[in-house]
Amino acid sequence: MDLYEYQAKDLFAAHDVPVLRGRTVTTAEDAAAAAAEIGGMVVVKAQVKTGGRGKAGGVKLANDADEAREKAEAILGLDIKGHIVHQVLVTEASDIAEEYYFSFLLDRSNRTFLAMASAEGGMEIEQLAVERPEALARVPVDAIAGVDTAKAAEIVAQAKIPAAVADQAADVIVKLWETFVGEDATLVEVNPLVRDPQDKIVALDGKVTLDGNADFRHPGHAALVDERTENPLEAKAKAKGLNYVKLDDGQVGIIGNGAGLVMSTLDVVAYAGEKHGGVKPANFLDIGGGASAQVMADGLDVILGDPDVKSVFVNVFGGITACDAVANGIVGALELLGDSATKPLVVRLDGNNVLEGRRILDDANHPLVTQVDTMDNAADRAASLAAETAGA
Amino acid sequence: MSIFLNENSKVIVQGITGGEGTKHSTKMIAAGTNIVGGVNARKAGTTVSIGGKDLPVFASVEEAMKETGADVSVAFVPPKFTKDAVIEAIDAEIPLLVIITEGVPVHDSAYFWAHAVAKGTETTPGAPRTPRTRIIGPNCPGIISPGKSNAGIIPADIAGAGPIGLVSKSGTLTYQMMYELREIGFSSAIGIGGDPIIGTTHIDALEAFEADPETTAIVMIGEIGGDAEERAAAYIKDHVTKPVVGYVAGFTAPEGKTMGHAGAIVSGSAGTAQAKKEALEAAGVKVGKTPSETAALMKEIISARADDRAPADTPAGAGDRR
Repeated sequence: MDLYEYQAKDLFAAHDVPVLRGRTVTTAEDAAAAAAEIGGMVVVKAQVKTGGRGKAGGVKLANDADEAREKAEAILGLDIKGHIVHQVLVTEASDIAEEYYFSFLLDRSNRTFLAMASAEGGMEIEQLAVERPEALARVPVDAIAGVDTAKAAEIVAQAKIPAAVADQAADVIVKLWETFVGEDATLVEVNPLVRDPQDKIVALDGKVTLDGNADFRHPGHAALVDERTENPLEAKAKAKGLNYVKLDDGQVGIIGNGAGLVMSTLDVVAYAGEKHGGVKPANFLDIGGGASAQVMADGLDVILGDPDVKSVFVNVFGGITACDAVANGIVGALELLGDSATKPLVVRLDGNNVLEGRRILDDANHPLVTQVDTMDNAADRAASLAAETAGA
Repeated sequence: MSIFLNENSKVIVQGITGGEGTKHSTKMIAAGTNIVGGVNARKAGTTVSIGGKDLPVFASVEEAMKETGADVSVAFVPPKFTKDAVIEAIDAEIPLLVIITEGVPVHDSAYFWAHAVAKGTETTPGAPRTPRTRIIGPNCPGIISPGKSNAGIIPADIAGAGPIGLVSKSGTLTYQMMYELREIGFSSAIGIGGDPIIGTTHIDALEAFEADPETTAIVMIGEIGGDAEERAAAYIKDHVTKPVVGYVAGFTAPEGKTMGHAGAIVSGSAGTAQAKKEALEAAGVKVGKTPSETAALMKEIISARADDRAPADTPAGAGDRR
């Protein structure tokens, strides 16, 4: 889960990483009040989970409370790369002497962690990595040894951060490591990490990604989820514990078991759609191992509730999952949904107990259900049904 | 032959008394796996009856190995206990550990991998050590050497023994591809798991298949994210002489939320399916657009080889090979 800047900074503050005072608000009036409370010059910053906020006009300086109200009014409601701004962070304006870059992240290929740091912060890190790779230090971090003061000093030296603030920077890096490990983050990024005129090191921005697999040891992380920005269908699916992602411009609803097979199903449907007026998959939905009638009903309920969906493709390879259980799930789901199920279902079953599964669907003889024997043919049928329905 | 797992493998199950452990131990035994016991510290000294066998339960992996000569462990342990279970297996120096568990925190995986490396053997001075325990997974279906042994949850009845080696990130795509190629069969099929940090990589499996005389061709299945496929492609170019066909899932999937910008910089690749396909094709790998097309590419290779072998009694035939 990606966090908003203000959430990232709250975690930083909890681990003693220096951040500036600020408050997150949802109205221009509250922005003015926050600015008055902070006093002096403030920065009003759009809270969206994407980069390039500054260029998009989502970060503005304000000299006083009135200006903060004005700026917040302009920023709230902005669309930044498809993210609507619902809240702004009003924070102290900082005097900046120098800007650095810092991050901890996963290094998949070396199966460990990596610190990336540069004395040349502020600009987009992708750009720095391409234009001046020698200015970006990459220091592997052993997952057991972690980052102590000595390791942090090594990172600071490789990043060529000035000696005058080396100790302060190392101290902040140790605390960022504590945040990274302590919160089970897969990314902690600070750009810029600034040196102020008093040689204090401050995290002026923050980007944190948390590992959902570790939620069991972080009960507090549940409160960081922002329901508001989730697609309503995704929110509904999540409430039912389904692994669902809505896709844009699609007409074929997809249900499958296993992330790899479902991704493959999206591809096969998209290829089939090329022959049927360009129809596309409308969603990703992995029902996982236990495809009970309830899980199938929940999945179908979400997908059939998507107005974009014209046909549904259920693609299951019974590995652990038995096809008879899936078939019973489909029949049970259609019973549960009754008249609200109106879109054609193309079902492809293979693997464990496939004959029994196909027999159950044959016996049920539901008017909406068509069985097709291979993944390719089933995708083609689902795409053609979607094209017909869309055209009708 | 086969890779990593064969008819002589003696298997223990960590978490054998749990629901998943019991269910899949039953299936593994039915598939011919020589399961010799299980591990559960709280039930040490008891026996469990699974698939018609009375299996001893040991307090630790170390004890189980000492008493049974086990050389493979399959772990069905809940995510919050996986790290400790894996460290226990590494400390016991079990040669092969298959971690089925889904949902292991990535900091835990990074930690136990660092532990495996720290406890490993020094091969090249100064270079990272080589773990004594081969880890497969986590979040994987395991490995099957059909007709010999099955360590994990891959259904044993999809396909039998044959000359194809298969390595895949995804479980259900492993099953799908085995099904598509069931008439030819597999030396070993291994699901390495889709987590960001995994023990055995595509490259490890490719290296083993290249060295395995029973494997004549290799199917490699990847999916979006990371740069494992790109690195595998580079490895194939330099080290693999056997034909490889590839499949990459996720051409139309949206970019995963875990694929941050910083991650893309590290990998030096966008992690897209297209980038992976191009890298594999540049290494001479034939890449199918769909599982069925990929299977068809493999069938062509296998039948071309059969044609090659047919005129073997005519000495001139060797020079005529296509």
